[in-house]
This record gives sequence, C-alpha cells and structure tokens, in this order.
Amino acid sequence: MSGATLLKESGPKEVFCGLTSIVWLHRRMPDAFFLVVGSRTCAHLIQSAAGVMIFAEPRFGTAILEERDLAGLADAHDELNRVVKNLLARRPEIKTLFLVGSCPSEVIKIDLSRVAENLNIELKGQVTVLNYSGSGIETTFTQGEDGALKALIPLMPKSDQKKLLLVGTLANAVEDRLISIFNRLGIDNVESFPPRQSTELAAIGPETKVLLTQPYLTDTARELKNKGAEIIEAPFPLGVTGSTMWIQAAANSFGIDKSIVDSILNPLISRAKKALEPHVEKLSGKKLFLLPESQLEIPLARFLSNECGMEIVEIGTPYLNRELMKSEIDLLPPDCRIVEGQHVERQLDRVRDSSPDLVVCGMGLANPLEAEGISTKWSIEMVFSPIHGIDQASDLAELFSRPLRRHDILNPTKTLTSN
Amino acid sequence: MELTLWTYEGPPHIGAMRIATSMKKLHYVLHAPQGDTYADLLFTMIERRGSRPPVTYTTFQARDLGGDTAELVKGHIKEAVDRFNPEALLVGESCTAELIQDQPGSLAKGMGFDIPIVSLELPAYSKKENWGGSETFYQIVRTLLKDHSKESKQTWQEEKRRPRVNLLGPTLLGFRCRDDVLEIQKLLGQYGIDVNVVAPLGASPADILRIPNADVNVCLYPEIAESTCIWLERNLNIPFTTTVPLGVGATQDFLKELHKVLEMEIPQSVNESNNSKLTWYSNSVDSNYLTGKRVFIFGDGTHALAAARIANEELGFKVVGLGTYSREMARKVRPAAKELGLEALITNDYLEVEDAIKETSPELVLGTQMERHSAKRLGIPCAVISTPMHVQDVPARYSPQMGWEGANVIFDDWVHPLMMGLEEHLIGMFKHDFEFVDGHQSHLGHLGGKGNQNTNKEAIKTNLQDSVITEGDLIWTHEGEKELSKIPFFVRGKVRRNTENYARQAGCREINEETLYDAKAHYKA
Repeated sequence: MSGATLLKESGPKEVFCGLTSIVWLHRRMPDAFFLVVGSRTCAHLIQSAAGVMIFAEPRFGTAILEERDLAGLADAHDELNRVVKNLLARRPEIKTLFLVGSCPSEVIKIDLSRVAENLNIELKGQVTVLNYSGSGIETTFTQGEDGALKALIPLMPKSDQKKLLLVGTLANAVEDRLISIFNRLGIDNVESFPPRQSTELAAIGPETKVLLTQPYLTDTARELKNKGAEIIEAPFPLGVTGSTMWIQAAANSFGIDKSIVDSILNPLISRAKKALEPHVEKLSGKKLFLLPESQLEIPLARFLSNECGMEIVEIGTPYLNRELMKSEIDLLPPDCRIVEGQHVERQLDRVRDSSPDLVVCGMGLANPLEAEGISTKWSIEMVFSPIHGIDQASDLAELFSRPLRRHDILNPTKTLTSN
Repeated sequence: MELTLWTYEGPPHIGAMRIATSMKKLHYVLHAPQGDTYADLLFTMIERRGSRPPVTYTTFQARDLGGDTAELVKGHIKEAVDRFNPEALLVGESCTAELIQDQPGSLAKGMGFDIPIVSLELPAYSKKENWGGSETFYQIVRTLLKDHSKESKQTWQEEKRRPRVNLLGPTLLGFRCRDDVLEIQKLLGQYGIDVNVVAPLGASPADILRIPNADVNVCLYPEIAESTCIWLERNLNIPFTTTVPLGVGATQDFLKELHKVLEMEIPQSVNESNNSKLTWYSNSVDSNYLTGKRVFIFGDGTHALAAARIANEELGFKVVGLGTYSREMARKVRPAAKELGLEALITNDYLEVEDAIKETSPELVLGTQMERHSAKRLGIPCAVISTPMHVQDVPARYSPQMGWEGANVIFDDWVHPLMMGLEEHLIGMFKHDFEFVDGHQSHLGHLGGKGNQNTNKEAIKTNLQDSVITEGDLIWTHEGEKELSKIPFFVRGKVRRNTENYARQAGCREINEETLYDAKAHYKA
C-alpha cells in the first residue's frame, strides 16, 4: 500500500441514501419496478434527485406509510400486499418487482423478505418479487445498487461455462464498447450484471470470472464469490491507466498473451492520451477536493492526479472497503489524504482553508460553493455519464475541465457574489 | 398505505425547512437519517441559492439506534448553536426520527441555552409540506410573541403616522413570492401604507418581535400564514386581510378590504381601469378569440381559486375543471367549483388529474409543472400557476403574480401559449392550404404526444376511401369523416366527441355530415 493517509471522521453527513440508486437502476432494467416502502420523504427524495416529472408513469414508486400502518405490524404487511397487487394489475408489463426498504420501514421492522416470499408463492412466477434495503440508516447512495444486485444473485442460474462477467451498471454504449474490446482480445463469452432485462440473468459458477466495473459493490462481490465465481483484482476502469489495467487483469486471468493485449490496446491508449492532452493542460497543477458521496472518489482522484496532473487536497469517501480499493490506493500519490466518513461543517472549513480550484460534491453543496467562487462538479453526474474505459478517458477529464474553463471565461479575476 | 408515483407536496419537515431557510439568524436542527439532506438541493438548485439552508441534520445510522441517540442529538444541537450562533433555534424531526421518539425539542430546551427554542412536532405520516410550513411559522411567531402584552395600542391615526402592515406568508419555494412581495410593497406605497415586517421571507427572529408594531396583517399566502394571522388577531388584536391580490378584481378587492380594515377612505383610483393592462388587453378586439376558451385549472388552493376567478371574470374563458392537491384548501375550492357548475377535483394523484384533463378536453391547462408535462403529452397548451417549484418557476426577470403587474404577467403567461387571435383567424381562412395540413403545427413546436398521433391517425383514416369507423355503437360514414377532417385539428377532437354525444342522445347510430351540423346547432343553441 502506498503512503496514503487514512483518516476517519464522524458528524453530520451530506450524502444521498441508497434509494437514490433507483434513479439509474430503473433505466437499466426497463422491465423492473422499484417499489419503495417508506414515507413521503422517500418519494420526495427520489423525485427531487431524479427530476422525474417527464415520465407518464415511472417505473418506480413509493408505498407511503400512513398513521394507521404504524399502529399494527400485521396491518402494514397486508396493506403492502394490497398495494403490490393493485400495482401489478395496473402494470402487467412488470417482470421483476423490487420491494425497497427505507429508514422508516427498517425502524418499524416491516419484514419485506416475508412479504416478497408470500407474494412469490401467490403470483406463481408471473412476477418475481425481491427485496433489499436502500435506507439511509444502512446505505449510502450507490450502495443501493449493491443491495439490488445482491438480491438478484440467488436467481442466477448455475453454469460451468468459462465466462467474463462485468458487474455494475454501465451506460449501454460504453458496455457495448468494452465487450467488443474483450471480444477482440479473444474473450468471447462476456456478460453483464445487472442485465438489460431483469429476467435475462447471466448464469454463474466456478468458471465465472467477475470484473467489477464500479467500486461500490462490496456485498455483490462477496455473494458472487460465495457462488464460486472468481473476483479479478484490478483498479476500476476510469481513465487510461485504470481502464488498461482493468482490461489487462481480465486478459491475464483468461491467459491471453501479453503481446496480443498490447497490440490491441496500445493504439487505443496512444489515441486516448492524445485526446486527454487539452484537458491535462487545463487541469494540471490545479487543486482538487473530493467530498464523499458516490464512492467513486478514490478512482477519480487516482485518474485526475496520475493522468491529469491535479493536486489532491483531500479524498472524502463515505466508507472505505480496503480490499476492493487496494489496487486503487496503491496507485495514489504518496501522502494523499483519504477521509472516511464525514463531518460536513469541518470538511467545508477545510475546503475553504485550502482554496481548491475544483470541488467534487453533492448537488446540495454545489451552488453555495460556486457562490464563494469555488468551481464544482456534481458527483451524481459520474453515475449517469458514460465515463468508463480507455476511449472515454478524455470525456471523463472533460467533465472536470469544463467547470474550470467556464469559471475562467465568466470570472477572469473577480469572485461571484449571490444571494 | 398509499401508492405514490409522484407527489405534489413533500413531507411536513420540508415545509419547516422552507420557513427556516426563508428567515435569517435562525437555525434548524433536524433529527433525521442520512439521505434526508437531499432537501438542501431544493433550495440550492431549484431556487439557485448561493448559501446552504441553515439546517443541521443529525444523520443517525442504524448502528446509532442501539446506543444513545438522545446524546447524539444533544451533541449536534450544541455544535450547531456554537457554530451558527442563531437568534432562535428550531428543533424537529423527520419521518424516521419521529418513530424513535427522542423528543429533540425537549432535549434542546433542557440544555440551558439563552435563546428561544421552538420545538416542532410535525406528524410526517399524516401531514404534508404546506401544513408543516404553516405550523412552523405559527410556532415561531407564537414562541417569540407569547409574552407580548395584549394591551391595545394606539391606532395609526392616534399616533399621527402612516398606517403600517405586515406581509405574512411569503417563503422560498413558494410560487413567485420574491416578486409578489416587491409588487405589493410598491402597491401599498402608492396608497400611503408602509410595510412593517415581511415574514417569513427575509425576516430574523428580531423582526418577528416587531410584528405587533403593525396595524394590520396582510395574509398573502393563506397556506402558510392563515393560522398565524388568526393567532395574532386573537391574541394581539391585530386584524388581517383575507383577499389574496391575484388578478385585477382581487387586487381591487384587496385594496378595498385593507382600506376598510385600516379605516381609510377607499380612493377612486382603486377602480380605475388602467391600473393593469390586463383589463384593456382583454377588452381589445384581438382577445375576442379568448371568449369561452375551455380552461382546466389545478394547483395549490390559493392560486387555483385565483386562476378560476381571473379566467372566468377577467379573460372570458370557460372554466371546465377546477381542483387542488391541497386537502387543507378543499373547503374553499369546493364551493368555488360548485359556483362554476363543476365538482372540485381534490387529489394528490397526478394521473387522476391527467385523466380529468383528458375527460374535459380543455384548450388551455393552468396547472403545476406536472400538469405542464401532462398537457404536453396531450398536445394542449399550458401555463404554470402554482407550486411545486421547478427551476423554471424562479425566472431571472421580475415576474410577480400579485397586484397590477402580476395581472400583466398572468395575461402574457396564459395567453401566449394559445394562438394569437389574428393567427387563429388566418388559420380559419387558409385552413385548406398546405401549411395547415396536419403535422405542420409549427406554433405548437414540441407537440409530440398523443394529440399529434391521434390527429395523424385521423388524417390517415380519412384518406382511406369508403372506410367506416366504429366507436362503440356509433358509425361514422365516409361523408361524416370527410366533413370532420375539414375542421381545424385543434378543435377536431372536441367536435368529434360533441357529435358522438349528440348522436347518442338523439338515438342515431350513423354519423354523416348532416349529423355534424345537427350537433353543431344543438350545442350552439
């Protein structure tokens, strides 16, 4: 491990809860429905985070607990049963229904697994009902995807076929591109999890090699391992280096000759490096502060420092899985400060003290920092944008250079003031 | 348990945050789990606020629940008071904290601070955002003024000064509140009436203490301020006005009511017809085409009620639907709808609202941002008149809804989505020219929804020689369809429905061109 300094902090946090991941999961699997069992706050959170007014009928909703549901537990289970049946009657196209636990449903201990089990018996395979928790008392933002994927694993059929399984939601176009690169390397059997249709789950077994595309899949990785799959250790596919090492790790694991890998990847690498140049020019020497939210902070910092020349002030991360992050932390520059957890006020004090050029943060904090003259980048953008892979490295860098360019255009010297 | 795909109002603690963030030198400690901090983005993104809401979230986690969450709450309260040094402290809970019953308000009161502490109890499982805002404002005012002397003070006449009023109710994330306050201040200034305190928007706890210096309270937004105004009237003898100055007529009524309460003579200028351009614009010949335009109205109670009056009395529209998502306002909206011969739609289900829009086939929808989306899908013009807020509802320009200028803004905002009169006249004249063939409705720009598909389908159908179309028990003859196709696309759906209704009533199974004319005569009669 490099000389990164690992610190812990606790206090008031400013992060999304796991329910937020429904925002991209429902788009990934259009035949699934995500039913949060929670409060009006949960419903309001998802619609606010997603800006969902464009949908006629979205593929997610909230079964809002009311006072009478809190009175007796048997009642709440019956009520949920009723709501689910109404929903399924209205939306016959739903193939998989995720019952998503929330803070209130966890606190009053509604047993969603029991409700799901009973419904599965009643519905006789017409719809598969699963459950996981996206509650803020247990999960942070992207961890919601970890929970949803973990819930799907028991449904995955067994297979002894040798295959590469890409795990974690990617933008479809990026996923296609990565698969075609693996095919060129000679890895023909490549599948994805989550699939694009919830019912088309990859089969897994001892010959399955798992390559994680996202750094927040702790439980999913563990469960896949329990099913006999092998987890390939690699940094995450962000930036040229990360993506290259990620692809190489898979190629190694499949015993592909290094010369083949090099001959296929080298042209991509030199092209990507060239495309990176204008962004490196903008980003090099600039100070970067990452507030904790998406769990992508460590790989992003590694890319922005090693390949774009940014100076890292602090990497905030909601939690640190040292095992999954080992390859990433090893690549970080020495003395990099990683802070696990958060005390948002003290962290913002440190932001102001260090006067960074760019802060990666949540949507609630961005404008207040902008108003202080500090450029920002929304961390939620990283989970929506096609940023993975060698070919996307310059697009990823552009996400960070654009706010700096804009800031320079609009404010050559002065600091913004606002209300 | 209620299935909700989308909600017009947030939970009640969001209402409390609106009050806290609207005010100054106030801090709100919210006992809430991680994730509830999403609410900050409502203010920093939708309102584009350059500062964070003054809210400390305790962000407790599952592992804290086994231990002493009360100590955790106290730690956060102490830190918040030390760091932000507020003049008063709000303490409350979100939905999850309500279940674990730490009673943070009582905890805070036991910590020995020398600032007023307002303990909020906002039942998250039965109430919503506007109620939470109203209750929070009421609790703040009550806590700060409960020891204020009730003794009657001198009137403005006795003190030989200009009368002064408080403007109560404007908040952040309220519809155009920022500009309404400026407009009403300007309006009152013209009549020699001073504004004493505006609250909650921009007020500090010290300003709240100055509320009793006013002669009258102006209740600008009943959703937020009515309960406070009632309390101030009962306890401090401050009367309040109930007319909300939205529209020309209501602004006149408001000024009359205020003058009366202040015992001032009502100046003639209140009734002048050139106070707002809406009056003349609506009288101008170009606006003839507005007559009887079918309009569907849905929003918060105050704006929906006001819109119904403006539409009906000032623009000559025909209100074909009226409703609100606010159960608290149902009591006022129901009789207003009844007066228009309608049954009020009281619902929090946007799909029910969309169905009601389809059912009534209006030519204009006045609704929230959600109705704007529904109307877009249906290919109907729409103007937004009410919260919930969207970034588009916080325009950079001055854009009030209240007072004379507000009426001007309303005229423009509602009429521009419709075709201008002259344009409609020209379309009538040239409707058979190729520019007006279906699919060339450039003025509806992004019309991409079902409306368009339907009209295209109709065009295709009418091109098929000798085809007959069965709609349940009715048959359209080829001649009937052909005649229907000559009717401009934007009223064709309505004519089709009217004709079918007429045919059913008249007991005729077949609809030919004569049936169309019969129906037309029947409905005009």
